[in-house]
Amino acid sequence: MKKYRIDQSKGLEFGIYTLGDHLPDPHTGKRISAEQRIHEIIELAKLAEQAGVDFFSVGESHQDYFATQAHSVVLAAIAQATRKIKIGSSSTIISTSDPVRVYEDFSTIDLISNGRAEIVAGRASRIGLYELLGYNVRDYEALFEEKFDLLLKINEEDVINWNGEFRAPLNNAEILPRPKNGSLPIWRAVGGTPASAMKAGYAGVPMMLATLGGPASIFKNTIDAYRDAAKGNGFEPATLPVGTTGFLYAAESTQEAMKEMYPYINEGMKRTNGQGFPKQAFAQAADKRNVINVGSPQEIIEKILYQHELFGHQRYLAQMDFGGMPFDKLAQNIELIGTEILPAIKKYTAKK
Amino acid sequence: MKIVGLSGSIVGSKTRTAMDNTIKLIKEKYPNAEITLIDLADYNVQFSDGRNYLEYEGDTGFVTKTIMEADAIIIGTPIFQASIPATLKNIFDLLPVNAFRDKVVSMLVTAGSSKHYLIAEQQLKPILAYMKAQIVQTYVFIEEKDFHRKEIVNDDVLFRIERLVEDTVVLTETYTNIREAKEEEYDF
Repeated sequence: MKKYRIDQSKGLEFGIYTLGDHLPDPHTGKRISAEQRIHEIIELAKLAEQAGVDFFSVGESHQDYFATQAHSVVLAAIAQATRKIKIGSSSTIISTSDPVRVYEDFSTIDLISNGRAEIVAGRASRIGLYELLGYNVRDYEALFEEKFDLLLKINEEDVINWNGEFRAPLNNAEILPRPKNGSLPIWRAVGGTPASAMKAGYAGVPMMLATLGGPASIFKNTIDAYRDAAKGNGFEPATLPVGTTGFLYAAESTQEAMKEMYPYINEGMKRTNGQGFPKQAFAQAADKRNVINVGSPQEIIEKILYQHELFGHQRYLAQMDFGGMPFDKLAQNIELIGTEILPAIKKYTAKK
Repeated sequence: MKIVGLSGSIVGSKTRTAMDNTIKLIKEKYPNAEITLIDLADYNVQFSDGRNYLEYEGDTGFVTKTIMEADAIIIGTPIFQASIPATLKNIFDLLPVNAFRDKVVSMLVTAGSSKHYLIAEQQLKPILAYMKAQIVQTYVFIEEKDFHRKEIVNDDVLFRIERLVEDTVVLTETYTNIREAKEEEYDF
């Protein structure tokens, strides 16, 4: 775990992530400018740091209703605006990027931030960016696997000799600058199915697992499949961190939290995905066994501890700014996280 | 209420004739319904490549978005090679897995042989059920002999189409009311 900068004696790591979505507030129909949205993301990272949150990350999506296409640039600004919170991507679409440039960017962010940068590499759930950036979506799988392998190789080796299908060869190439402590934590983003998680396990790389909805127990199957695959390929699962990501929204009571959160999730999904979030499914989010962390601080604590008992994971990332959620609500949530949720989570998950 | 009539083939005239009758009936009986007929013969729809339906452009984008915005869909389809035409299957492939959630879908089938009667039952309904449609169970099956010179000449078929239209509208209203009443109960 040390290689990935994780200290389990301090308990489950708690992070906040944003996809960088840029949507109108469903209550007003108004959308803030992209400029304001980006500044608010940087401000959110600062608040998260003040609240004692461990990690903050920003994702890239190249489509309507998003503002952080250049997510590494936003992360560089966050690196400069903060002092101790770990920062990373959620995720970096490695399939449509040059791994050399991605590594240069993130090791630079690592140097700016005094050794706090990480990469979560994914494949994109929407495919418009393939055309935009000049790739063929029929190479979806091959692009990711080749480029992700190269990214890992750059992380491990100072001098690179490499040949592949989707990029010019590298001959005795030094990829500079090097990160502060020699290498970066690099995670593989996984979308929920055991088949995808097993690929992360075979490669022995940390897994960041998206858990959008449904019972927490189905994600345990995915995590078990990941650890079994790692073990079968000669890696020790106890050395490989697992992270989970999902929605979070806290308010004084569960009723209030659900009432405040629902329009943002529903309208946001409609715009970005084309279908809303059914009320019937959202109603089940109140159940402790459901993976959506919506409720009073006490109920969220119980949910996260239940998930930790099931998953034995090392990091949880919360998404709470989806769908045009106004900044004052985000600040209130950070306040509840810092004063109530985090201390309890840490207390009960710290490994003695 | 938004109703989409989907004529699922790009060849022949019988399905379109039946759909024209259907649309005409809806317009007469339910003047407030917002009705759109999509005859796939009039559009140049690409094959599904797995992207989100919002990301298709041109005719393909128009067809997918119009269907997704509907409250009810009346599918008209011929039978080719003992199955639904590829053009209609492609529409399903273009849409998300839960595309028909909260939608009512009904069917009318035209066929050259009465031996094709169960094809809608055994091949079309399972797709609609998988995609979460509320299915109008009874469909209208129309044979070659019921048509003459692009007209339906069998009054029984015309009556059955009338009942299909009524059932589609009544069930859409009913399911909408049930859903709205259920959603009212939630405190969010």
